Amino acid sequence: MSATRTLRALPTLLRIGVAETVAYRGEFLVWILTTTLPLVMLGLWTSVAEQGDFQGYSSSAFVAYYLANLIVRNLTGSWVAWQISEEIRLGAMSMRLLRPLHPYVAFAASHLAAVPFRSVVVLPVALALLLSSGASALATEPVQLALVAPSLVLAWLITFNVMFMIGSIGFFVTKTMALLNLYFGLFSLLSGYLLPIPLLPATIRWFAEWLPFRSMLSAPVELMTVELSAAQAGWILAGQGAWAIVTFALALLVWNRGVKRFEAVGG
Amino acid sequence: MIRATDLKKHFRVHKRPPGFASAMKSLFHRRYETVKAVDGVSFTIQRGERVGFLGPNGAGKTTTLKVLSGLLHPTSGVVEVEGHTPYRRETKLLEAITLVMGQKSQLIWDLPPAETYAMNRAVFDVPKPQFEATLKELTELLDLGPLLDKPTRQLSLGERMKCELAAALLHQPTTLFLDEPTIGLDVAMQVAIRDFVRSYNQRHEATVLLTSHYMDDVVALCPRIIVIDQGVLVHDGDLRALIKTMDPDKRVSFTLTTPVSDDDIAKLGTLVSREGQRVSLKVSEAEIPSVVGHLLGPLRAADLAIEDPPLEDVLRVMFGKTKAAAT
Repeated sequence: MSATRTLRALPTLLRIGVAETVAYRGEFLVWILTTTLPLVMLGLWTSVAEQGDFQGYSSSAFVAYYLANLIVRNLTGSWVAWQISEEIRLGAMSMRLLRPLHPYVAFAASHLAAVPFRSVVVLPVALALLLSSGASALATEPVQLALVAPSLVLAWLITFNVMFMIGSIGFFVTKTMALLNLYFGLFSLLSGYLLPIPLLPATIRWFAEWLPFRSMLSAPVELMTVELSAAQAGWILAGQGAWAIVTFALALLVWNRGVKRFEAVGG
Repeated sequence: MIRATDLKKHFRVHKRPPGFASAMKSLFHRRYETVKAVDGVSFTIQRGERVGFLGPNGAGKTTTLKVLSGLLHPTSGVVEVEGHTPYRRETKLLEAITLVMGQKSQLIWDLPPAETYAMNRAVFDVPKPQFEATLKELTELLDLGPLLDKPTRQLSLGERMKCELAAALLHQPTTLFLDEPTIGLDVAMQVAIRDFVRSYNQRHEATVLLTSHYMDDVVALCPRIIVIDQGVLVHDGDLRALIKTMDPDKRVSFTLTTPVSDDDIAKLGTLVSREGQRVSLKVSEAEIPSVVGHLLGPLRAADLAIEDPPLEDVLRVMFGKTKAAAT
């Protein structure tokens, strides 16, 4: 399907994505509230920092960090691996493959449509708290702050690519739940989701810096909460750009290899 | 046009006996078996043909349809549909074909069918006037009006199938792969669907490849049938010719108006069934005139009908022979 046709189809795909997102109101609300782990960590670390700064982090620095973390997680979270894996296992992927639209685009559109709704409750609260309690620990350089938006887009893209790749592994192993658990464990530790990367032991920190996880969450959080030089901010964005390209290529590679093994069960 | 040449699709299947011990054993050592779902099938279907694809459960019908529609990569052989290699799933091919599977839904489960139709219009890039005209026609024909705004999950099987069919045809494909399209539908709706498929085929010169467990679908729609059993093609040709080859005798049915014993009836032909006064006999074509004369004359039988044997019976004989040959 050509790019222009895809663009023409996009508004309809986004509209249907929204309709799917809000189809179950109860589940929708519960789902919004499931990404509040950073708030738990915020409570924990601010109480640690009450006695004084912890490894350079003041209480308000922790508040800023975890609220920024909550915002980024809400805007960039992805669950496409579960969807792909289930559709492969149950054979529902067949119908998707019969449409002249690459499933990458179809899934991406439905996920993008969910972003505003996913953030509708958490985002205003987090932003209000961030600007009131954590304002003193926010970055102030306007150029750096301007980079937050592209950094969020890249973080979304890398997360989506990685999840798309994990889901596509379902073509080879059918069930990817264990792999997802492993991924989420690594993500929580190495992306800065549980605690800021500078607080990690040196060896683990090395992995966090050289794997894509930092680009998936910590990068935009750092741009929001750490005073960086222009070069440092530029490197963060360049790193994200590189990971976006690499993960996109890997996601499509695994998909293309995997789809050849699709067994189209049922029917 | 559809062409399959020496098409093979083999699956590697993990075999495990039931029970806890074998489940544990399978953690360390797995036994695999190659299942030859399709094993060297060749056929050509010209544009505009309506072909019935028949076979017992597990014969390889659905697997073949999935290969033809590009969902499965063949193990070997050459497949061509409308000039394309299906597994490459090029846009031009996907726009030209459709696959309706009675057991699989393309409708978005949590939303009304109208939303799936809107999505298909966008994805297949169907011009709005064409989309609206086609949808109007399908809505009238399939009586979809009350269903369009009801969430798919709340539709009955029959209602869903009607909506599935509409979703599959909105982009006006020229090759239709229909896998059990009338499953779950009442008799009146089955007839309506058959009429619709026939008229669609004629108006668009569309190729139709149909599998169905309802032989009435096949008899009503398909002048040609391809029969596949255990992954191997066992017949490809005219439906009437197949019936004639497998079971040349006719079925003569009538209602007795006077008491006649089974022994006396058996003198006229082989007794197939008798329910009260209603009798069905198997009679060779050559003996038909004399049997009919006797029935209408001395026996004064009523409601006389002479028909080909039911396709179900013919296929049962055919599959029995294939099985016997395989063992």
